[in-house]
Amino acid sequence: MQEHAVREPIIFDVSKPGRRASSQFPPSPPGAARAHASLPEHLLRKQPPLLPAVSELQAVRHFTRLSQMNFSIDTHFYPLGSCTMKYNPKVCNSLAMLPEFLGRHPLAPEAQSQGFLECMYELQEMLKDITGMKGVSLTPMAGAQGEFAGVAMIRAYHRARGDLARNQIIVPEAAHGTNPATATMCGCEVREIPCDANGDVDLDALRAAVGPRTAGIMLTNPSTLGVFERGIEQVAGIVHAAGGLLYYDGANLNAILGKVRPGDMGFDVIHMNLHKTFSTPHGGGGPGSGAVGVGARLLPFLPIPIVGREAGRYRWLAERDVPQSIGRLSGFMGNAGVNLRAYIYMRILGREGMVRVAEFAALNANYLMKRLLDAGFDAAYPMRRASHEFIITLKRQQRDYQITAMDVAKRLLDYGFHAPTTYFPLLVPECLLIEPTETEAKEEIDRFCDAMIAILREMRESPEQLTSAPFTMPVRRLDDVRAAKQLDLVWKAAGDI
Amino acid sequence: MPYIPHTPEDVTEMLAVIGAASIEDLFDEIPAALKTSVLAEVPTALSEMEITRLMGERAAADGRPLSFLGAGAYEHHIPAPVWAIATRGEFYSAYTPYQAEASQGTLQVIYEYQSMMSALTGMEVSNASLYDGASALAEACLTAVRANRASSSRRVLVPRTLNPTYLQVAESIAGNQNVAFESVDFDRTLGRTLVDSLRPYEGHDFTALVIQQPNYFGVLEEVDELVDWAHANKMLVIAVVNPTSLAILKAPGLWGAPESAVRGADIVCGEGQPLGVPLASGGPYFGFMTTRMQYVRQMPGRIVGRTVDSQGRPGFTLTLQAREQHIRRSKANSNICTNQGLTVTAATIYMTLLGAEGLALVAEASLARTAELVAALTAVRGVRCVFSGPRFHEAVVALDRPVGPVLAALAERGIFGGLDLSDRFPELGNALLVCATETKTDADIARYAGALAELQNAAVPARGAA
Repeated sequence: MQEHAVREPIIFDVSKPGRRASSQFPPSPPGAARAHASLPEHLLRKQPPLLPAVSELQAVRHFTRLSQMNFSIDTHFYPLGSCTMKYNPKVCNSLAMLPEFLGRHPLAPEAQSQGFLECMYELQEMLKDITGMKGVSLTPMAGAQGEFAGVAMIRAYHRARGDLARNQIIVPEAAHGTNPATATMCGCEVREIPCDANGDVDLDALRAAVGPRTAGIMLTNPSTLGVFERGIEQVAGIVHAAGGLLYYDGANLNAILGKVRPGDMGFDVIHMNLHKTFSTPHGGGGPGSGAVGVGARLLPFLPIPIVGREAGRYRWLAERDVPQSIGRLSGFMGNAGVNLRAYIYMRILGREGMVRVAEFAALNANYLMKRLLDAGFDAAYPMRRASHEFIITLKRQQRDYQITAMDVAKRLLDYGFHAPTTYFPLLVPECLLIEPTETEAKEEIDRFCDAMIAILREMRESPEQLTSAPFTMPVRRLDDVRAAKQLDLVWKAAGDI
Repeated sequence: MPYIPHTPEDVTEMLAVIGAASIEDLFDEIPAALKTSVLAEVPTALSEMEITRLMGERAAADGRPLSFLGAGAYEHHIPAPVWAIATRGEFYSAYTPYQAEASQGTLQVIYEYQSMMSALTGMEVSNASLYDGASALAEACLTAVRANRASSSRRVLVPRTLNPTYLQVAESIAGNQNVAFESVDFDRTLGRTLVDSLRPYEGHDFTALVIQQPNYFGVLEEVDELVDWAHANKMLVIAVVNPTSLAILKAPGLWGAPESAVRGADIVCGEGQPLGVPLASGGPYFGFMTTRMQYVRQMPGRIVGRTVDSQGRPGFTLTLQAREQHIRRSKANSNICTNQGLTVTAATIYMTLLGAEGLALVAEASLARTAELVAALTAVRGVRCVFSGPRFHEAVVALDRPVGPVLAALAERGIFGGLDLSDRFPELGNALLVCATETKTDADIARYAGALAELQNAAVPARGAA
């Protein structure tokens, strides 16, 4: 493959004093300079901040070129496990960006907000139904904040009952890192438990872990190991009998949409990643939205605000309506625009489309897993069905060819595929967590398999093609150690003031 | 089937490879008793044409009123290139730049963003964003607890001139880690926090003092003396700032008297929305956080660094990840993972287009329009300005009657007249927080003042009016 370097200078290097995109400057009202000068001298800025000075075309070209240095769903197959990189329908964005929605101030009166509130109310109702929960709050702004809300509600529930000793959160060791980090943020202790050889929670270990200090357990189902937790009813029984509650991490909800509901599995609280399952854009690292759903026991503790309906009118439910709420988590009402995109997506899918999401996500994942096994790769759990994702372990290839999961990931970029998630979950050595999603065509999956087969051949014949990859990206493999040791985080550190 | 590309032949071939008889077989590990029946609350599918019509109707129902609301979210002109570029699929549909070599675009944008936010706030380092301004303050308080080794109290001093929702959010989030907040009252005439009201806390152990500039009432705090007082009392300073205002107001990195030993705020955070992000009912926005280099390892969230590749050429990557949840799990600085990459992209494009000069013009024009608005409103019978302190682009005015019905009547006429403060600040009487930015014209302000005058003059003044 041809090496080619695409470079784009840093915007500050393009900048030239006196150059401006002046059509973007507001007209100065008559009193502007006077108003500025009337402010107390010692509170004013003496030197302007070091921001770029460029023309509009220079700015447009710079950022357009930067965009072209990205892999994205719109340009590449992006099988990043646990992230559900499915197609983000264009219409969800264009309708959420109608001028009335974009211009709506978050504190606009309810009487003039019925159109928006109706969308949010219906979104809450749909999410309740899909998850089997009794109440939903759309406030959390990402999955991790949804997790926070969930664990904070569990804590509030125990406290409200005077059960103050319950401050332990049980987390399977395969869990996403946000789970234990969340438990800590909620002031809880983390107790990790192992999984058995088949990827299910070790029920004996769970029985040994629960007790009068158990606040709850955080589970993803299908788990981060890419398999359905078959003992979920027993898990629920054990935790509930011990007085704890069950938290469902919705990272993998795509796998079971319309097939089985967390509420029916025995979960008391769930967060959903609307940016995964309901296809709102990942945006290069957010915004997400982490709506939470709860069963009856946790209803009084939902984060506010929530949309309520009375006599055909919609209104915000806040402190007075939900006095035991764990409170507010955002300055207003969460990532409303993300929620709007999820709403539009769900209305387009409809009830008949929901179940197809899970079905075709599972079909693609199981097909891809089988093809990779046939090609000579090892699955971490070959005896299990893949859910919407699965794990390949390169332990054998590492032993035989000294090739790592990182090498394979980087080489896949050269073949035009975003790499799967690597080195997660932590307990499977040299792993690739692969999630094709339901929106990929068979041909694309086949091409990915062809690339994996070619890479397998390269391991034997030309391993330097892997260890030195990537060759075709704007940069070659980056020096992470140097990045952390010789910190260069801003173009010019505060030299402007 | 919306967005699912499989033909019947595809399905047959794929099932044959898998060795399954049907798609349903792929779910055979789920206990049968748990399987879901029909989703009754999810309506049947709509085509793109139908949903377009529905959303158009709902949007039209809410209309486009003339709004003088601020209180943490501000209407500014957003240059056309900002979202035209930010919604390019390569930005919009990418994820966190885990594979740095295939994400140089996003990474360089964040590096440029970090540079711009550091410059704007006068601080040494910035993270890649947090969720919003309110949650950024919560994270700033937790950062201060980690950073201030001289304090073991986990107590934070918070003036009542801080946006009250920010305090609520900080309590919801940091309260779970036993961080406690102590309220400090403000001067009723000036509308700002006096150092005298901080005296009772001298000699007590507090982690940090929060200073919002401009404060919730739009009034400018005397930041220099507040910062020096906090540092003299071994507290860190957490600045909560409006980024637009920083084009003309002193950067938090320089707060404090020029001769003071430790100059500047220690942690700066705030709401990034004014930088090219639409109001959009409250989000997605983004929170920013900048700090001193010495505290960089205490910061939460992603950070991008510049490094070199194997050929020695410059490139960008996520760095200092040992602070984060995916590495440190229960010992991480925060649980934050996904943040607000797309709105940060928009803000970076916005700041690039406006530059220091354009941003200062936006700030000046907003300042001037608010002064005009206050003059126009207080010329109406029974309306007065509540605080005498210097302001940025918001102000508190008081009516001679309850605010709620007046606001409702204005809204009927297509005018959002501001935010009723009488619930949260009853001591201010019938108070109203109003805002005007560069988007408001003379005619807009005259329309509001005219409508208010009609309402004020039509009704008999309320008893006991001020």
